[in-house]
Amino acid sequence: MKILVCITHVPDTTSKISFVDQDTVFDKTGVQFIIGPYDDYALARAVELKEQLGGSIMALNVGLAETEPTIRKALAIGADEAIRINAEPKDAFFVAHQIAQVVKGGDYDLILMGRESIDFNGGQVHGMVGELLGIPSVSPVMHLDIEGNIAKLSREIEGGKELLEVALPIVAGCQEPIAEWKIPNMRGIMSARSKPLNVLDPFEDEQKTVVENFVMPAAKSGIKMIDADNVGELVDLLKNEAKVF
Amino acid sequence: MSKTSSSPSHQMTSNHQDHFESPDYYQLDDLLSEEHLMIRASIRDFVKKEITPFIEGWAEKNHFPSEIVSKFGMIGAFGPTVPVQYGGGGLDYISYGLIMQEIERGDSGMRSTASVQGSLVMYPIYTYGSEEQKQKFLPKLASGEMLGCFGLTEPNHGSNPSGMETRFEDKGDHYLLNGAKMWISNAPHADIAVVWAKDEKGRIHGLIVERGMEGFTTPETHGKWSLRASCTGELVFSDVKVPKENLLQGKTGLGAPMQCLDSARYGIAWGAIGAAMDCYDAARRYSLERIQFGKPIGSFQLIQKKLAEMLTEITKAQLLNWKLGLLMEQGKATTPQISMAKRNSVEVALNVAREARQIHGGMGITGEFPMMRHMMNLESVVTYEGTHDIHLLILGADITGINAFS
Repeated sequence: MKILVCITHVPDTTSKISFVDQDTVFDKTGVQFIIGPYDDYALARAVELKEQLGGSIMALNVGLAETEPTIRKALAIGADEAIRINAEPKDAFFVAHQIAQVVKGGDYDLILMGRESIDFNGGQVHGMVGELLGIPSVSPVMHLDIEGNIAKLSREIEGGKELLEVALPIVAGCQEPIAEWKIPNMRGIMSARSKPLNVLDPFEDEQKTVVENFVMPAAKSGIKMIDADNVGELVDLLKNEAKVF
Repeated sequence: MSKTSSSPSHQMTSNHQDHFESPDYYQLDDLLSEEHLMIRASIRDFVKKEITPFIEGWAEKNHFPSEIVSKFGMIGAFGPTVPVQYGGGGLDYISYGLIMQEIERGDSGMRSTASVQGSLVMYPIYTYGSEEQKQKFLPKLASGEMLGCFGLTEPNHGSNPSGMETRFEDKGDHYLLNGAKMWISNAPHADIAVVWAKDEKGRIHGLIVERGMEGFTTPETHGKWSLRASCTGELVFSDVKVPKENLLQGKTGLGAPMQCLDSARYGIAWGAIGAAMDCYDAARRYSLERIQFGKPIGSFQLIQKKLAEMLTEITKAQLLNWKLGLLMEQGKATTPQISMAKRNSVEVALNVAREARQIHGGMGITGEFPMMRHMMNLESVVTYEGTHDIHLLILGADITGINAFS
């Protein structure tokens, strides 16, 4: 079983978000970065599948040198090797194209990643990778087992869940409860030191998206209590102040 | 979604989410390697998952969570400086310090369990033991398959261990051990004990005593108001036949157990600051949330004074610990230097815990916040592994060349 796990390098969930350069660039100053939580689930399941079936895990990140501590953590958790595509992840298509190129040269059975990143939350990359490679992509995957050449998985759908059997290779966008997050142990951290982290130049690709600017959501306003007898006032406020209709 | 919310369900959980962040006022993280930071983050995540959701319940019920032993083994908290070939982590002393800091941030009792195993059981076996002893015990101690304890203190000999009464006689094919040890962390659950006893000539040696040896019992110490989530007991030896291969041959005399204590005291110096950080962090948050007279209590000068003093003392201690870590790594740290750091850290932690408790007002009295538990734990920490006063005298002897306690 040859598994590729794509990881994002994203701000910790408690980070304060701000922008610079006329609100066109995310301000990374003082921000703690982590493995994307959904990618972390994908990695945890990959480690379990490797324990069960044997094989190897390659971690992949598209990012500049600053992402290497995050990649090392993936190695400490259980990836055997890593690739960093040395480029700013410009948009979903750019990242998907980089991943697809790596997969073409690698003969992977499973390409796992989170169902979405938690910085831009696009949730597009797994679908694009599947399309670029002409293989099935499924998301959001909550359970994943492998039997022979078949992936048995369950997927969250509107109002229920869908059970699927898909022939490998596949791309899966993962979410809980596919596995429990793994905390790297001391031995894993030590061994990560000597695992290979290969840096590759980006595969050429056009940038399809340009950020014009970011806008912070409006601050939450206070709660107004309206007397139960005063429905007219409530309707008026909803219409003219909150403008919900 | 919070990355630290995946705690397993457990009957003794607290409703509080653990948002702990360590202060780094002087950017001391710059002195740490990428690996050190990952180690600290991992142990912090481990503590948030396995310890802080349950610790108030364990402490309240005086419950030692024996399942924590294998979990500590799995994460690598036992004997992190012991080489990998014996199951250890092969890490440096800064890493060891950070691990102790993060565990004691959770609870001093939990840190005691880990540091006894690492510094007082694995360390002497690794340093003074034979190859057979290392192979037999170290991997199992590292993995948490075995729990160990360390027997030096006796009912009549605390600060004066050289007066110990526990003795062993050479009976040809075995040693016969008699005596008793007291205030022994891990004793009631321990599979082995590293016991210090005198031979016929009055020379101190270390022996590995194993659970199941006839005449060896470990009665539990009851009624503790401190370290309530860790287990403490006695070691009683009544004509215990100890196989000759269980003698630690590498070093004899009081210096042997003292060297173990140096390693453990080093861990305490870092650990106690972990407890201080937890109290400081709780007080800082609370001072911004608690409104009195129409504004957060953090806006009042007397609260700010407390927070500023706490952070100053924590920052000074962090620097002291970090430099001591380098000295340990280079094999240059002296016993008095370690005494200074252990003593300083525990004093800082006790003061910070008390001030942080006051900032919380009445809320600080309950187990909703960690200060009272840390404060009570620290009363043991300020006493064990050399009392606060004995460490002064170790420093005094080093300064003047005159020993005040012999």
